[in-house]
Amino acid sequence: MELIFRKIAQLSASLVFVILAATTIVLYISAKPAIEEFGAQFIFEERWGVEETIELSPSEQAAQDALKLESIESTGESSDGESFVEDDDDFIMDDEDDFITDDDDEEMGSGSQRTKVIYGALVPIVGTIFSTLIAMLFAIPIAMGIAVFLSEIAPGALAKPVGVAIELLASIPSIIYGMWGLFYFGPFIADLFGGNTVSLLVAGLVLGIMVIPFMAALSRDAISTVPDMLKESAYAMGATKLEVIKDVVFPYAKSGIIGSIILSFGRALGETMAVAFVIGGVYQFAGKVTDPTNSIPVVLANSFAESSGLSLSVLFYLALVLFVLSFVVIGVAKFYFLRKK
Amino acid sequence: MRLLMNRLFLIFSTLAALVGLFFLAWILYTLCAKGIVGLNLDIFTKDLIDGGLRNVIVGQIMMSGVATIIGIPVGILAGIYLQEYGGNSKSTEFLRDLSDVMMSAPSIVVGTFVYAIVVVPTGHTSGWAGVLALFILMVPIIVRTTDDMLKLVPIELREAGIAIGASKYHVTMNIVVRYAKAGILTGILLAFARVVGETAPLIYTSGSSEFWSTDLTSTFPSLTVSIYNLATMPDDEMVQLGWTGAFLLTTMVLIINLLGRYASNKKRS
Repeated sequence: MELIFRKIAQLSASLVFVILAATTIVLYISAKPAIEEFGAQFIFEERWGVEETIELSPSEQAAQDALKLESIESTGESSDGESFVEDDDDFIMDDEDDFITDDDDEEMGSGSQRTKVIYGALVPIVGTIFSTLIAMLFAIPIAMGIAVFLSEIAPGALAKPVGVAIELLASIPSIIYGMWGLFYFGPFIADLFGGNTVSLLVAGLVLGIMVIPFMAALSRDAISTVPDMLKESAYAMGATKLEVIKDVVFPYAKSGIIGSIILSFGRALGETMAVAFVIGGVYQFAGKVTDPTNSIPVVLANSFAESSGLSLSVLFYLALVLFVLSFVVIGVAKFYFLRKK
Repeated sequence: MRLLMNRLFLIFSTLAALVGLFFLAWILYTLCAKGIVGLNLDIFTKDLIDGGLRNVIVGQIMMSGVATIIGIPVGILAGIYLQEYGGNSKSTEFLRDLSDVMMSAPSIVVGTFVYAIVVVPTGHTSGWAGVLALFILMVPIIVRTTDDMLKLVPIELREAGIAIGASKYHVTMNIVVRYAKAGILTGILLAFARVVGETAPLIYTSGSSEFWSTDLTSTFPSLTVSIYNLATMPDDEMVQLGWTGAFLLTTMVLIINLLGRYASNKKRS
């Protein structure tokens, strides 16, 4: 009995590991055709679902790869929409040149060719990262304000119910935030800053509002671990509240607060529903923050059902990229900031 | 100057708190204002195809419920292993970290995983695929809370149990787990509340159906996926139905959360 119980418990515990490993492996296997097709270049390629005619002869192919790489290097990873558009034009022109030579080749009866659909993840990756950054820029000051307010400023009678309310708000399903963003917040932002009701900015802000309660609750918990004795000593020396918070509370609770920020970052990174409504879902860089763009989870949510073959494999590749990205973020949080409890 | 800075800082924090709370209040207000309007008996007695939400609500609860029923033993046993048998060895710590990583893994990735292992081989979306996705999301949460709650059990209780000759299994099940029961229950309720509001992993695992169904082997009605579909429709009536669904979903999640708090408070007092 004892032994059986122990074994079953151990099995359950290993299940966590098995699932995680299986996820990685299954995603990799499913993404393999796309990985073989596009390689690491997938991450830096900005076109999605664009047909391109390519040569099959190896030397030509290598030449073209070099050409593409060159263009991509010149494009770099800057978020400047204008330059991207220009580079895009270059791309198209290059393609046309190739096309003409291809035709010539065919007339001469040498060289084989086929059309290949190019998929690139750069737009959703940049969209994901930027929307998350906007969310963080917006959420961090407000969440810290709430955490400090709850733990240091508000009287107990107010801090308790507001604290509970914040924790409850953290549990509201993300789809609610997305829906509110689409029907109320998006138009509000469009009135304020101009532009579209669905845009990178709206997506980032909705994400920010979504993680505020989560971040505030975690930071408040971190701040409340500061021993009263430390704070009282500082007050006794005549420090003001700002000085106590800045020089005593924050340094003491630093790792917890940074941890809460990174966990929120990870949550915003992989968030689907809050963003799906408001980011627009177009494969285009946002030249201005008020332009629509795309993010990895949204691409996955929107195009999974109607994909098959290579395009499905591409989506798995994308999921793998997201998985690795969030894995790294959470890993950093866990191993560098939350190590000591 | 110091006092001025201090005052400015306090005003800033309070303002930040107010801004944050303002947005959150705004969300709740629209949710209630838009949601309650559409509330009527038809919502609970008719299926989605006839303009009600009965089938999707039942479907959502059923999927989350089945996931919870499977997830409870697995999660609790894993938590028990980590705390009672694993000790503080390297591998236990590793499993603990992995479980935490999984807890914050993007839910859409879990959806793609289940799609690859269930939907692709069977060729269609099904309730079981949705259950599996929710199960994967919920287990790490239960593991984490069970682990934390068992940590709070005083070591003396275990020693006393061992001292009178009880086996480790008996001590664990009859003393340790019993002591931590309320906390574990809270964890389960919170995990349930979390998965009941999940949308992303269900979109292409369970899909959503407009018809009444309790057959988990076929495409299954889901409230959250239906809300997503309804809200993006051009028809105002559909959008209204989506808001009502959103209101009901939020109410459900908040009530379960309050129940969870109540369970853990009762224990402490």
